[in-house]
Amino acid sequence: MYLSELGSRLLDGFLVTLQLLGWSALFATLIGTALGAFRVSPIRPLRALGTSYVNVFRNTPLVVLFIIAVFGLPVLGIFRGNFFWLAVVALSTYTAAFVCEVVRSGVNTVDIGQAEAARSIGMGFSSSLRQVIMPQAFRAVIPPLASVYIALAKNTSVAAAFGITEATFQLSGLQRDFASRLLFNFAGIALGYILIVAVISLTASRFERRVAVSR
Amino acid sequence: MSSVLFDLPGPRARLRHRIATVVAVIVLAAVAAWVVKVLWEKEQITPEKWQPFTEPQIILLLLEGMAITLATAAVAIVLALLFGAVFAAGRLSNHAFLRWPSTMVVEFFRAVPLLLLIFFVFFQFGSTLETFGALVVGLVLYNGSVLAEIFRAGILAVPGGQSEAAYAVGLRKSQVMRLVLAPQALRSMLPAIISQSVVALKDTALGFIIGAPGVVRDAKAIYISPLYNNVLVTGIVLAAMFIAVNYALSKLAVYLESRMRREGKAVVTASAGAAD
Repeated sequence: MYLSELGSRLLDGFLVTLQLLGWSALFATLIGTALGAFRVSPIRPLRALGTSYVNVFRNTPLVVLFIIAVFGLPVLGIFRGNFFWLAVVALSTYTAAFVCEVVRSGVNTVDIGQAEAARSIGMGFSSSLRQVIMPQAFRAVIPPLASVYIALAKNTSVAAAFGITEATFQLSGLQRDFASRLLFNFAGIALGYILIVAVISLTASRFERRVAVSR
Repeated sequence: MSSVLFDLPGPRARLRHRIATVVAVIVLAAVAAWVVKVLWEKEQITPEKWQPFTEPQIILLLLEGMAITLATAAVAIVLALLFGAVFAAGRLSNHAFLRWPSTMVVEFFRAVPLLLLIFFVFFQFGSTLETFGALVVGLVLYNGSVLAEIFRAGILAVPGGQSEAAYAVGLRKSQVMRLVLAPQALRSMLPAIISQSVVALKDTALGFIIGAPGVVRDAKAIYISPLYNNVLVTGIVLAAMFIAVNYALSKLAVYLESRMRREGKAVVTASAGAAD
């Protein structure tokens, strides 16, 4: 009775957690990559935009972003009453700052001699970007990007405080109905997160090995 | 500016960059103006929304709240440093019965969301620890585990010749650690420790969810009051307060790191916690 109830609530919770994770990861990657491109561009105002975005969003607590998004945006008529998408807004704008930093430092890890060699054999901007710089930057970006996604997976738990019935939220309900089994409830939810973290890091290291080149 | 992406610009590229700069400024200014216009028309940034933040007792309330938040974070960081040192030593131990449990603890608390930890501690020990204690315990378990990894990386990054030389002159393992490795590692870890403090300070804001005292709880009292009804402005003020403190701390970390690099010393980067 208890076990099946626990199982079904965990399943419900982690389905929402995974949806939050998936959508937020998608939008964070899109916004973050665009901002990262701004930060390495030769156009000064775009660089300034990228830098200020990172400084603002990386130094604001996620909870404060949640307050602004969940209670502030509906006042403006954005996603009124749709808590899921408001949570996605908070999570993806926050995570985008970290993605931006990863993209920027990934591009900067490529040795400048590589670019100079590409230019000296007559490659233009787009072909040196596509054939020389991006392939190397892409490989350098995988491990730190995996860390960002792992942090995002854990950060989705903050949505529990803003009316989203994801996995961490289930602990409160379980506490209400099965208070005597707190340790068990906690362990079950924790195990789910550990599983998600393990899957992300395993996928990343697999992928890294597959694209690895011997140098 | 020659970079990995762009060669030094010639006359035509400079012209292109100048045109792009002008276009970018116009577009960004237009977007900013549009956002301000929407906020103004929806009466979210009108003077009466800002008015509470000119009242002395509200300014005082927020500053007091920030002081409590900073104090909470400081207590948590000090205890987390202790926790980290103990478990880093455990993970570096020669004895498997110390190494294995330490590894398990560190890996577990790093993989579990901090809010889940705080909830658990609050439900289990809330009656004795109260909200403040539950928040601090959660912060210590998580940040202590991350710091344990930073410490371990720092100790392992000290060149091997150092410990070999120390053993050669007859020091015991504990002496090697205490007298030779730890002092050298600590310097290289300082930037990473400060970066982790920024993470801990941001995470302290989570305490508001269980009702722990702090600046976010005080701010909530302001924005939910029908008298002010100004959640966006309060959110902006709250964010600005955190940004000011964290930005200063981050700059300190970057400064220390660049100074050490200049001096040619090894630096442990904050990769373990940087993504939070």
